[in-house]
Amino acid sequence: MSEHAIAWTVNAHPRRDRVEARTSLADHLRLEVGCTGVHLGCEHGVCGACTVIVDGRAVRSCLMLAVQADGACVTTVEGLAAPDGTLHTVQQAMREAHGVQCGFCTPGVLMTFAALSSDAAKADEQAMIAAMSGHICRCTGYQGIRRAAKALADKAVGSGQGT
Amino acid sequence: MNAEISGHGLGASRWIGKRVPRKEDPRLLTGRGQFVDDVVLPGMLHVAFARSPVACGRIISIDREAAQQMPGVHAVLTAADIAARPIRMLSFFFTEAEIAIAPLADGHVSYLGEPVALVVAESRAMAEDAAALVEIACEEGQPIVSIAQARTGAPIHPGMDSNIAAEIGDEEIDEELEQRLAASALRIRQKVVHQRISQAPMETRGVIASRDGPEELTLWITCQSPHLVARWVSLALDLPDSAIRVIAKDVGGAFGLKNHPWKEECAVIVAALLLGKPLKWIEDRYEALTASNQAREAEMTLEAGFDAEGRLTGSHGIYDCNNGAFPQGADSNIAVHMFVWAAYRQPAYAFVSRGWYTNTNGLAAYRGPWAMESLVRETLLDKAGRRLGIDPVEIRRRNLVYLADQPATSSMGIPLEDITPGECLEKLLQHFDMAQFRREQAKARSEGRYLGVGIAAYVEPTGSAGSMAPMTGELAQVRIEPTGKVTATMSTHSQGHGTATTMAQCIADRLGVRYEDVTVFEGDSSRGGFGPGAAGSRQGVIAGGAAIRCSELLADKVRTVAAHLLNASPDSVVLSDGMVHVEGAPEMTRPLSEIAAIAYGEPDRLPPDLETGLEMQFRYQPPPMTFTSAAHLAIVEVDAETGFVTILRWISSEDCGTVINPAVVEGQISGGLAQAIGMVLLEDMPYDAHGNPLAATFKDYLLPGIGDVPVFEFVHANTPSRTIGGMRGVGEGGAIIGPPTLVNAIADALSPFGEIEELVLPLTPARILDVIEQRDVSGTSKANSPVAETPVTLSPEPVPAEDVVQGVSAAGPAGDWDMVLKTPMGPQAMQAHFDVEGSALRGYLAAPEGRQEFRGGIVEGNRLRFDLKVEKPMKITLKYDLEVSGDAIAGKCKMGMFGSAKVTGKRAP
Repeated sequence: MSEHAIAWTVNAHPRRDRVEARTSLADHLRLEVGCTGVHLGCEHGVCGACTVIVDGRAVRSCLMLAVQADGACVTTVEGLAAPDGTLHTVQQAMREAHGVQCGFCTPGVLMTFAALSSDAAKADEQAMIAAMSGHICRCTGYQGIRRAAKALADKAVGSGQGT
Repeated sequence: MNAEISGHGLGASRWIGKRVPRKEDPRLLTGRGQFVDDVVLPGMLHVAFARSPVACGRIISIDREAAQQMPGVHAVLTAADIAARPIRMLSFFFTEAEIAIAPLADGHVSYLGEPVALVVAESRAMAEDAAALVEIACEEGQPIVSIAQARTGAPIHPGMDSNIAAEIGDEEIDEELEQRLAASALRIRQKVVHQRISQAPMETRGVIASRDGPEELTLWITCQSPHLVARWVSLALDLPDSAIRVIAKDVGGAFGLKNHPWKEECAVIVAALLLGKPLKWIEDRYEALTASNQAREAEMTLEAGFDAEGRLTGSHGIYDCNNGAFPQGADSNIAVHMFVWAAYRQPAYAFVSRGWYTNTNGLAAYRGPWAMESLVRETLLDKAGRRLGIDPVEIRRRNLVYLADQPATSSMGIPLEDITPGECLEKLLQHFDMAQFRREQAKARSEGRYLGVGIAAYVEPTGSAGSMAPMTGELAQVRIEPTGKVTATMSTHSQGHGTATTMAQCIADRLGVRYEDVTVFEGDSSRGGFGPGAAGSRQGVIAGGAAIRCSELLADKVRTVAAHLLNASPDSVVLSDGMVHVEGAPEMTRPLSEIAAIAYGEPDRLPPDLETGLEMQFRYQPPPMTFTSAAHLAIVEVDAETGFVTILRWISSEDCGTVINPAVVEGQISGGLAQAIGMVLLEDMPYDAHGNPLAATFKDYLLPGIGDVPVFEFVHANTPSRTIGGMRGVGEGGAIIGPPTLVNAIADALSPFGEIEELVLPLTPARILDVIEQRDVSGTSKANSPVAETPVTLSPEPVPAEDVVQGVSAAGPAGDWDMVLKTPMGPQAMQAHFDVEGSALRGYLAAPEGRQEFRGGIVEGNRLRFDLKVEKPMKITLKYDLEVSGDAIAGKCKMGMFGSAKVTGKRAP
């Protein structure tokens, strides 16, 4: 197995790592970087739980190799809330909407929402729900996730204080 | 919406019934949940399994040479290696199986994917690489895959005389029932062939086992109750409880799969004990789909009679389910029959039920394991209604048990006191204009669009306690800390249920403190007392009651202390928002923290003889069973060109008693309904003729996505139950009532084309087009011969009379016998003693639980008949009818409403 050096940024912290060529971005984030909020639900790109943001786009980290993240800027669920603990709008939206049950699929849902609710994306409710077709949730029947999508599109989410 | 709740000495702030944000969310939203794969221990090694490549066969050789030589590999273990530490693989009821079950296949394999060798390596990747190099050579046999094959094929387990894993009931319809059915205006059958389902929690199975010195074992395991796992493992390994600690802080769904460890987890636990190193195994999705236990594969034919007005006259049910090779408890699913007509005025019901061993993955529970009863009954009712020209609402009105009909007893002897399926239906119909819909439906049909409405009603037993070993009461331990903050340890466990939230609401409500000031700890067997966790829709009902009563008792203590300190009467002390008030004396108001600090730190200021501190515990033993009722309605459109189903509307009208948190209740129902939609339209775990599971990824096993699940509307039609707090369970209901609701809507839409004669799930577009194009809908009825046409002799062959006379009766029935009764909860071993005087028989039956005498029995030759009254699981008279043949004894035990169970045995040495 060949090893490669990568220089990249994870949750705003620049890093240098050596990675085995075959290691997935998801495994590397979980095992070496300590981002255990990246959840592996299927490891074949269907369930969406491992979704992270790579250079502004929502990406399934189980389908990307860590070596491909060389030079990239990666955000995981751990990087969403502000340093003072204030929840990101998408986190607050999911909380207010009761969009979480077991919480296993949640980080991936949040990262897709976060990518879509950035100023550049300007996604409407329909686009957000369409994007959620790439996430499997076995607990909620998607009711809260739908409400969160609507609240995000309508910009009707609370401040994120008072957790 | 919510029930009136009395509260003595409490302020205005009530927390029960509020849609408060969940306590669990902040960590789960920020990636700080702790699932089993997130736990890392120093020196921990990783496990991967080498699995059987065939569904059945003899293991010729296991070549582990290449695997052992891989870098980073510490051990490659087989059945022979781990046999050094015996483990008994028990059922959910802690009973031992009739068949031999070992963590790793020993000598022969019984399903494809059965673990054969366990590889221990320094990383998961290394372990998987090495596992791929273990060469397992098998002499492949002809597998038994389907129920039909199991009936006629050779037994898959050595030493068994058939593939029957469990059976109960009576084959023949008795004369009285047959007369009732024959005299009915309509006699109708409904057959359902239910596909196999993968529970598919988003977090796959996983375990970390760490032997901490010779007397301690710590497990991190994704499970439904750390307490139940600790108890199970303790019994399985024959270790005292105190040696085992089980931790499961966050669990990514379970749905019945994770009640207790099974083959892989047990193999890891034993290997960790043998190797003395912490071992971690995390199942991947391929393994989860192809090698985890599965659920639901079953067939049921329900026959029912109706009079000309559509009133039920009698019914008979035949149920068969695929137990796979190693079920987590051999199961003929008696609950199907107990509850099939529980919500209806059904004068007579009889049944036969069997579970079958096959060379497939073993059976485990899945949300509402008995759900077939509602599916087959509710679809039969609609079919009968169409035949009789009675609409779906009316046929239910004529047969459902309403509150005015109660108290009543179901045809299976279940006392009904406060079920409300009829009331749920009436409340639902206040939110839906059926006449208007029928007009829209007619108009749409004229335009070539096919709309359908489906209605279903049911009751569900929840909060069961006291009749089955694991199903106990629940424990609340609540303390007001010296700081005034409230902490509680509960016997509950959440896999998404939000029990830390709902229990905190119960506690805050009854203690008169802010919800924000209550913290609930769970998820660790070393905290709190035993509870089986999420099993049987029980935690809100029982633990909610425990939390409420415990908090009331603690509030009483606070009032006693405060009254003493403030020189007031305890009755005048009111707790509200974390403050202690004296009615009529606002100047006396004190923060709870001040009272708490004194209660712990200044014993001299407390009333004499009062225990210091503010701590309380209460274990709630509820009524044996609490019923939840519901009626659901769905509207669908079926595309007649493509067979594609679109769900347009779905209304849930449920009576779950007191609602602790509407968002949590609706979340539970919605999740169950999504799984129902999956079962009806999408999910399927088929096997090919070689026993290969054919859905190995989420591209093959289709879970419902956001586009498959509509927005659900809720009518909370609640009436408080008789438990403390008045809750009724709501965890499983959606998965039970959802399938018939949706099937009935589809059948209504398809009614211009014809009936879905035999309901084969899932209702794929192809199957729906079969109805539209009037083809044989099932596509399977030729392959799987109908249940009724292939009767199987379940009782032992009767011994010919002459054999009995010749030389056998010399020993006779008198004396001691070792017998096994196949009960619905597993085989029960017992010792029998018979004393014979002429034709009079008396004696006793003895089991570890105790000994019971009987007299008044009858002996005729070698035939013994006697009755025994038992109290558990309910009051019934067991009627034994046995035949002695030399040193063998066999026959039946008629168990009241449960029908007959098999008895076998031999003379005690």
